[in-house]
Amino acid sequence: MILKVARKELNSVFASPMGWVILALLQFAFGTYFLNGVNEYFEVMSGAIRPAERTGVTMFIGQSVFGLASFVMLFSVPLLSMRLISEERRSNTLTFLFSAPISLSEIVLGKFIGLVSFLSILVAMIAVMLCTLNVWADIDIGYLFSNVLGLWLLVASFSAMGLYFSSLTAQPVVAAIITFIALFGLLIVDRFLTGDEASVINYLSLMHHFQPFARGLIDTADIAYFLLFIVTFLTLTVRRLDADRLRG
Amino acid sequence: MTILTVEASNLTRLYGGREAVSDVSFTLSKGEVLGFLGPNGAGKSTTMKMLTGNLAPSNGSVKICGVDMIENPKEAKALIGYLPETPPLYREFTVDEFLAIAARLHGVSAKHIRAAVQRAKERCGLTEMSKRLIENLSKGYQQRVGIAQAIIHNPMVVILDEPTVGLDPIQIRDIRALIKELGGEHSVILSTHILPEVEMICDHVQIIDKGKLVFNGSIDVLKKQRHGNKLLIGLNNPPSHDELLGLAGVESVEALPNGLLRVRYTAGQMPAEMLAQVAVSKGWGLHQINPDQTSLEDVFVQLTYQDVAA
Repeated sequence: MILKVARKELNSVFASPMGWVILALLQFAFGTYFLNGVNEYFEVMSGAIRPAERTGVTMFIGQSVFGLASFVMLFSVPLLSMRLISEERRSNTLTFLFSAPISLSEIVLGKFIGLVSFLSILVAMIAVMLCTLNVWADIDIGYLFSNVLGLWLLVASFSAMGLYFSSLTAQPVVAAIITFIALFGLLIVDRFLTGDEASVINYLSLMHHFQPFARGLIDTADIAYFLLFIVTFLTLTVRRLDADRLRG
Repeated sequence: MTILTVEASNLTRLYGGREAVSDVSFTLSKGEVLGFLGPNGAGKSTTMKMLTGNLAPSNGSVKICGVDMIENPKEAKALIGYLPETPPLYREFTVDEFLAIAARLHGVSAKHIRAAVQRAKERCGLTEMSKRLIENLSKGYQQRVGIAQAIIHNPMVVILDEPTVGLDPIQIRDIRALIKELGGEHSVILSTHILPEVEMICDHVQIIDKGKLVFNGSIDVLKKQRHGNKLLIGLNNPPSHDELLGLAGVESVEALPNGLLRVRYTAGQMPAEMLAQVAVSKGWGLHQINPDQTSLEDVFVQLTYQDVAA
């Protein structure tokens, strides 16, 4: 049942040109950064730097592409997640899902998986693009994998939060704005408290947990953080929809 | 043997202390069509939402074919097809795509989806619209798509909230025929404002007012209430009332402002033929004779406003 809901969501993204346009535009941006990265690599590494300070091509290009990707997702996920529930609420189609023999958790999980699968296409395309470097260089697969995993978890967390805020309102635009502000706040919260490394607030920051992945370090604590983040917001969404049924 | 498809007992729904629906109980058997009547805001839609599991009742329970809606919502919902007040349509899809999604979500197995979609389209007269975007359909066709999604999985109980709103007269006739047809194998509950519609297609009628059930019974009872043992007669040279009262079976005579006479007769007798003969033989100038029916509207008004009058 979960997959049926997810399939419906994916169908809905691709039913209009929206989905294709987003894929194309974002891929264009990533591609441009990738090409620039390759050009710059030759300029920067062409002998002016001492061999000990040189970095590998995967890290050099990966840093710029994944840096851009995490930044772009901050804007695009709220725009994609905003309509998931609020649009259904506004056009009264939520009744359609509620009357079907599906539980609320299945609806929420289905919608979440639908959005994450769409975003996974983007992440996968970035990964494939970087893998093409392997044709003429020996790339650092481990570094690439950690970055892809990190980006994917980050995107999934963004989606979970977007889904929750979308369930709160009947106005998609409001949902997008709240999601964006909340995500932005969570990303930069550690900037304010750089001094205190052990602070709890610091620990809440999404960026704080994304950075190790970006450096090529897969830490189970960070994975657990992202998973907890996702589970928390999905649970909140289920509860919010249940309140609809109870309070009317 | 009758199979109970819907059992609602003591359904109550509070909105902030105010009872939108209070203590509504009824049952429906297989093959029956139940009409749900009531003025605006009487609680028709709220009751339907509770029946379909879209709203949790504050008190009471709903059983669909013996399955409790609160304890086993999935099983119970699988037996229901529901068309809410505003048809729930994903406008970005075509009719075919949308109906396929509806079938899939209602648990129609993958190999039967195509047949189910085809059948639903035929029943609702949508075959020509298969490839059209729902967004571009007219209100009437959107309504039909709404009905199609409610019957696509061949549910035991079909619940339609004002199904004929926004349809043209021909479409209304088609939809009524469809509802009657559905009534053969399923149970149908529909709400409407249009009283003749209820008379035409429903076996049972419920009238709800201010959240309370004020009438619950077969349509025949309501129809009987209409025929109040009265005749309307038009005479060019009317005799005195006493002369009319002298005829067998006539209980009272009342002159109406439009020149007609209303004659109330004893139940079981039909003095029309005799009246006509007498009128001809005595030269009263009979030009009209009709059974005087209270319109269904009057019955409805009587039932819903009896508290006010009392």
